[in-house]
Amino acid sequence: MKSFIPEIGCSIPRADGEAKVSGEEKYATDHYGDGLLWAGVRRAGIPHGRIRGLDAGQAKNLPGVIAILTGRDVPGTNRQGIVHKDQPVLCTDKIRHCGDPVALVLAEDRTVLAQALALITVDIEPLPGIFSIDDALRPDAPLVHEEHSGSNVLLAATVDKGNAEEAFSECDVILEETFTVPSVAHAFLETENGIAWQEPDGKIVLVVSTQAPFRDRFEISHALGIPMDRLRIIGPYLGGGFGGKDGATVQCLLVLAAIHAGGRRVKMWWSREESMAAGFKRHAVRMEYRLGAGSDGTLHALKCRLYYDTGAYAHLGGEVMALGMEHASGPYRIPHTLIEGWCVYTNNPVAGAMRGFGVAQVSFAFEGMMDRLAEKLRMDPLDLRMKNALQRGDKNGAGVTMTHSTGIVSCLEAVGSHPLWKGKEQWMAEAPPFKKRGVGVAAVFNAMGYGRGLPDSAIAKVELTAEGKIRVYCGVSDMGQGNATAFFQIAGGVLGQENDAIELVQPDTARTLPSGSASAGRTTYTYGNALIQAAEELRRRIIGRAALMILADTVDELELLPGRVKHLKSGREIPLNILASVMPPEDRICISQFIMPVARDGLETGKAFFIGFPHLLFSYAAHLAAVEMDELTGTLEVKAYLAATDAGRVLNPQSYEQQVHGAIAQGIGYALCEEIKLEEGRILTPDLATFIIPGAMDIPDMMSISVETCETSGPYGMKGAGEVGINGPLPAIAGALAQACGIRVKTAPLTAERILEAMVEQQTACERKPS
Amino acid sequence: MIIRFVLNGEETQIDCAPDRRVIDLLREDFGLTGIKEGCGSGECGTCTILVDGENRLSCLMLAVQLEGKSITTIEGLAGENRQHPLQEAFIRCGAVQCGYCSPGMILAARALLTENPEPTREQIREALSGNLCRCTGYQKIVDAVEAAARAMQKQKEKAG
Ligand code: FES
Ligand code: FES
Repeated sequence: MKSFIPEIGCSIPRADGEAKVSGEEKYATDHYGDGLLWAGVRRAGIPHGRIRGLDAGQAKNLPGVIAILTGRDVPGTNRQGIVHKDQPVLCTDKIRHCGDPVALVLAEDRTVLAQALALITVDIEPLPGIFSIDDALRPDAPLVHEEHSGSNVLLAATVDKGNAEEAFSECDVILEETFTVPSVAHAFLETENGIAWQEPDGKIVLVVSTQAPFRDRFEISHALGIPMDRLRIIGPYLGGGFGGKDGATVQCLLVLAAIHAGGRRVKMWWSREESMAAGFKRHAVRMEYRLGAGSDGTLHALKCRLYYDTGAYAHLGGEVMALGMEHASGPYRIPHTLIEGWCVYTNNPVAGAMRGFGVAQVSFAFEGMMDRLAEKLRMDPLDLRMKNALQRGDKNGAGVTMTHSTGIVSCLEAVGSHPLWKGKEQWMAEAPPFKKRGVGVAAVFNAMGYGRGLPDSAIAKVELTAEGKIRVYCGVSDMGQGNATAFFQIAGGVLGQENDAIELVQPDTARTLPSGSASAGRTTYTYGNALIQAAEELRRRIIGRAALMILADTVDELELLPGRVKHLKSGREIPLNILASVMPPEDRICISQFIMPVARDGLETGKAFFIGFPHLLFSYAAHLAAVEMDELTGTLEVKAYLAATDAGRVLNPQSYEQQVHGAIAQGIGYALCEEIKLEEGRILTPDLATFIIPGAMDIPDMMSISVETCETSGPYGMKGAGEVGINGPLPAIAGALAQACGIRVKTAPLTAERILEAMVEQQTACERKPS
Repeated sequence: MIIRFVLNGEETQIDCAPDRRVIDLLREDFGLTGIKEGCGSGECGTCTILVDGENRLSCLMLAVQLEGKSITTIEGLAGENRQHPLQEAFIRCGAVQCGYCSPGMILAARALLTENPEPTREQIREALSGNLCRCTGYQKIVDAVEAAARAMQKQKEKAG
């Protein structure tokens, strides 16, 4: 490849591309080592119960078994959790879901490990289980967490504005509907895994597939009682994350194992089935909506009740619900809102972060309501959205004034002027026999960053190496979204160096600095802003130090060029390696912190939220789905897809489009086929043969338009592009289905069975109607 | 049991249990960690290798099945060259995100292009339908395979 300066705004090839296509890139899974031990977990297999006893005698005697550990061997608090510390590393008394860990085994190889795990017997006294939101809310419901305030409600909250109750009396139309969405899995291809060992000096090193290495260190320290300076977490590139690796998976288990491994390396790698049972999931949600508007379509009042099934542990449940509630009124101006939410514990798998964090769910509901309203008022669905779309200066549903880039109108305009929208009548009319066609739209948004309650901060570190190259110490993970490449471009752009002179160090608590999690559409925004500052400082320093060597009396005469500093007047040059050789190490490193701005209003509501509410910055998108439904089978096929996105300025058009495509594809899966099926807390879809994600035949070619507002607070005007795109497909496809055949499905996913069932219902309803 | 096979162009022999999974053998004993494991049960295609040029799932193969075969993994795809046109196209067309599916995808595409040097987009999608990708939405992967097919045709014309 020819050398180039990675500049902002160009589709430069990924910094990690070459190593990934050659098979050289070492993901966490690819670390082994001499004398490797394997660790695995015996899981409860019962959704709710009390441990009466555990017999590991036979397993212990198996040759090749090194250690069997239980909750009693956990040295610290034995509690993990990002906000509420309610999840044991190893259960000691109570079992709260099938995937709960009861024993940890270390063995010489995987065969012995499997045998040992099978030989452990756990005696669990079953307790009546809580498997649905309604079960959880019954006044006499058994408690998933007895110590938690006497109910299964992890968090109940209200977000309101104006006076919704009264405002409904002023509405010309009022619509009501209840929507439900199931739990789904991230289904990253690299399942949860890591490798850990204890160094001779007692320090423990953990290489792990994680979205939050610095938070992991904190969690491990707390749960296992190990001082943070004894822990080093290394987070290589991930084989996908999507939120599912934002939180403790293998981390504490592996460090515990390492303590008992006598300095040998210990590897843990969850099977796909284990990942399904024990990994985090997207929340299943029930959403009861009531929307009131004037006869001209002006939205006036919204009331909704949202119920989030957070499973056995709190994890990020409250924060996911906070975002859902904040977005429950859509990217619209609604003067009166009353949004109530309950996030409840059940004995289902643990739910947590997933792309479109709480928002993908409510997008189905608010856009479903908009479609119903358009139908009722016989309005064009796009016009209705346009009429109510948020503009800068409006207050959103949570009462926050939109003081930053607000591009939803431009997104809707881009869709409205596209041939797919303009030519939709004709396209629908040309449906082949036994097929029906429809075109739907959705307007969605997604907040960026952590929201109020904790600083959304990143600390960038950039070095001029002794060899005269640039090294960027990325403190935030790249799970595939391409932020590392953006950092590469920022460093290249500010410092004007060529691609082979720039190195990236992936997160490592010993080398990089705390920069938060790879999540919330914040990664490039927050770290990127910090990196611009650090790189500019380094640039000034390089030029300043060169001035000393070149004897320039002003720095203005010097320019930093690839590999050298040049005195423009005299033409004299100093190579960067020479310059670096006279700079002491601490002089060659620049560090800078950036903290995301936060909302200044909207603070009088949502008081129940400890952190994560409200937000100031949002990305927006308008999506269009063109679908074809088979009348005989009920199968829905997405034939064409268009996304117009406002994620600010685009730093790398190719990376940007990758995010848009990937989010749409996952959203299509969420719309059409993905569903974790449960029976009494047991997963009936334990693998990729039963939990179906889209394959190459299921996703059409997609079109992406970037409307490119300029978010002045972002690095070069950008905003997060990773999340917003997943919120559109489900509502857009549901809307398209309704256009095609008049069926409004209110339960996702829109499987063939559900559609056929709805068609039969529709038919019987028609036949029953007196003529 | 002694098993003899050709691995990325080199005659190889190894003494191992005949029922050892090929994916483990290649990753752990030969250090070929470019082969990924996404499911272990034939559902995702990340463990794809070429066996006598045909695409096979190494998580479903046992060591004994390697006897006398010629195996290509992602590490050996480029041969003497720095990059195979498919690898080059995957990077250039943006077909790589997390990259965990990429080695398997590229090898599956290689098998397709051997059989059908000028596939349509539909045929590419069909040929890759056993390889899951959770990041890309497939479009850029299809673009990359199309681009690589063109590049390989050109190479052939030049050579011919
Ligand atoms: S690992 Fe072999 S098909 Fe998934
Ligand atoms: S690039 Fe991540 S799975 Fe394909």
